[in-house]
Amino acid sequence: MVGSVSKMEEIEEGIIEEFALFDDWMDKYEHIIGLGKELPLIEEELKSDDLLIKGCQSRVWLHAKMENGKVIFTADSDAIITKGIISLLIRVLSGQTPDAIINTDLTFIEYIGLKEHLSPTRSNGLVSMVKQMKLYALAFRTQQNG
Amino acid sequence: MSELLTDIDAIRAQFPILSREVNGKQLVYLDNGATSQKPQSVIDAISHYYEYENSNIHRGVHTLSQEATSAYEDVRKKVQKFINAKHDHEVIFTSGTTGGINLVASSFGASLVRKGDEILITAMEHHSNIVPWQMLCERRGAHLKVLPISKEGEIDIEEFKKLIGPKTELISLVHVSNSLGTINPIKEMIEIAHAQNIPVMIDGAQAVHHTPVDVQDLDADFYVFSAHKMYGPTGVGVLYGKEELLNDMKPYQGGGDMIKSVTFEKTVYNDLPHKFEAGTPNIAGGIALGVAIDFINSIGYEFIMKHEAELSRFAVSQLKDIAGLRFIGTAKERAGLVSFVLDGIHPYDTGVILDKLGIAVRTGHHCTQPVMNFFEVPGTVRASFAVYNTKQEVIKLVEGIDRVKRMF
Repeated sequence: MVGSVSKMEEIEEGIIEEFALFDDWMDKYEHIIGLGKELPLIEEELKSDDLLIKGCQSRVWLHAKMENGKVIFTADSDAIITKGIISLLIRVLSGQTPDAIINTDLTFIEYIGLKEHLSPTRSNGLVSMVKQMKLYALAFRTQQNG
Repeated sequence: MSELLTDIDAIRAQFPILSREVNGKQLVYLDNGATSQKPQSVIDAISHYYEYENSNIHRGVHTLSQEATSAYEDVRKKVQKFINAKHDHEVIFTSGTTGGINLVASSFGASLVRKGDEILITAMEHHSNIVPWQMLCERRGAHLKVLPISKEGEIDIEEFKKLIGPKTELISLVHVSNSLGTINPIKEMIEIAHAQNIPVMIDGAQAVHHTPVDVQDLDADFYVFSAHKMYGPTGVGVLYGKEELLNDMKPYQGGGDMIKSVTFEKTVYNDLPHKFEAGTPNIAGGIALGVAIDFINSIGYEFIMKHEAELSRFAVSQLKDIAGLRFIGTAKERAGLVSFVLDGIHPYDTGVILDKLGIAVRTGHHCTQPVMNFFEVPGTVRASFAVYNTKQEVIKLVEGIDRVKRMF
């Protein structure tokens, strides 16, 4: 448990350091776009409507499964910047225990100056995605305990 | 040319927000289709009202109430003149275009739409001119019919003639499309509908700030618009309706101001326009709408139309050569906006980068999802113009799009 939380913090620290290299917004966004392009596409059969999180501006597909007590997320979006941020969220949250996922507040997003993308007013599907990730974690924990 | 530039500088100087920076860049505001910015006179009118005149209207004997009532009712007369309505009581104040459409859908629907009747709209309507009719049709067992559009984003008049008939109870259509810019031939369509005694409601939200509207010349039965897209405040709008139609309709909401007398046994409704204005209205907003009309009149439609047409033409000429850019909406008659997609770049991504450059455009489906489905795009990027926009701003948009293309 404790190990898992600290692992998550380590990943977040790593991302903050990675973003500290950029002193101008263009470089930062080019990096996010790069991350978005690198993130493997979700398999077409997983791009189904029941995995679709509808944002007003962009669409997000999220899939979750449990492996050895850890939650594995895969996700995709039709917008690249959204997908780049998804890539960061997956790096932090995928492979963590349900408890760690439920308890995190994802402060790294604020540190790297991308908080605006996790604002409900953006309607890009990311807020709903984070909520959905936590709901998956909660459901898996209930399954584990049950 | 220099005189024109001077005019624009003087006009821009009236809008304090235009001098602010966004993300460290001078703001380029090209989201006027969503809402226009407000001139100082409109902003001042709102604070002046609360500082000197604030009181409730229509029911006070005291001086403040009298003054507020007369300021508010003067705006009704100003709106009457602005759209050339026959009577000032044909001008109903609403919360906005959506409020006006819902009022007609509810009141006209309750009084005049029966099972099996048809309501006709077009495929280019804003959600606010789709959903209230769907709700009405569901309540009354009526049918919603949709007039298709061409790939240019135009209505086919012959198709329109085929779709109307004895069961058509009302036609509701947009004057200027918010996602395509198409100007519909509403006068001709109203004439065709009236030949079969079908009333027509016009959604003028994207029209009144671009072009003069004469409801008597158009012979529109209902015409709705919002103050906030024509340099006025949010939360106030106008429903124009022909007197005889409004008189035939039941009230929309019950409450104060819309009654003559109330007992527990029977309530006698007030006359027009108050029958449709239950409760304390947005008084400050109404007064500020009057000032927004003054602002438009101080420039005049001749200049507004010429300037905005020039901007649109210039934008199209600058954007059309960008590789991978495709316009959505290429009707012959268009007003005030360009809507487009970039090959392989999601509109959301484009919007995020343009925002970083201080350029405010609208991205997404513009509350017209059926239009986006028709053109098979997830959304578009829309740059919509107001009288204060300049060619330099269009150039900044073009440079911004070049930057976007380099980044993706």
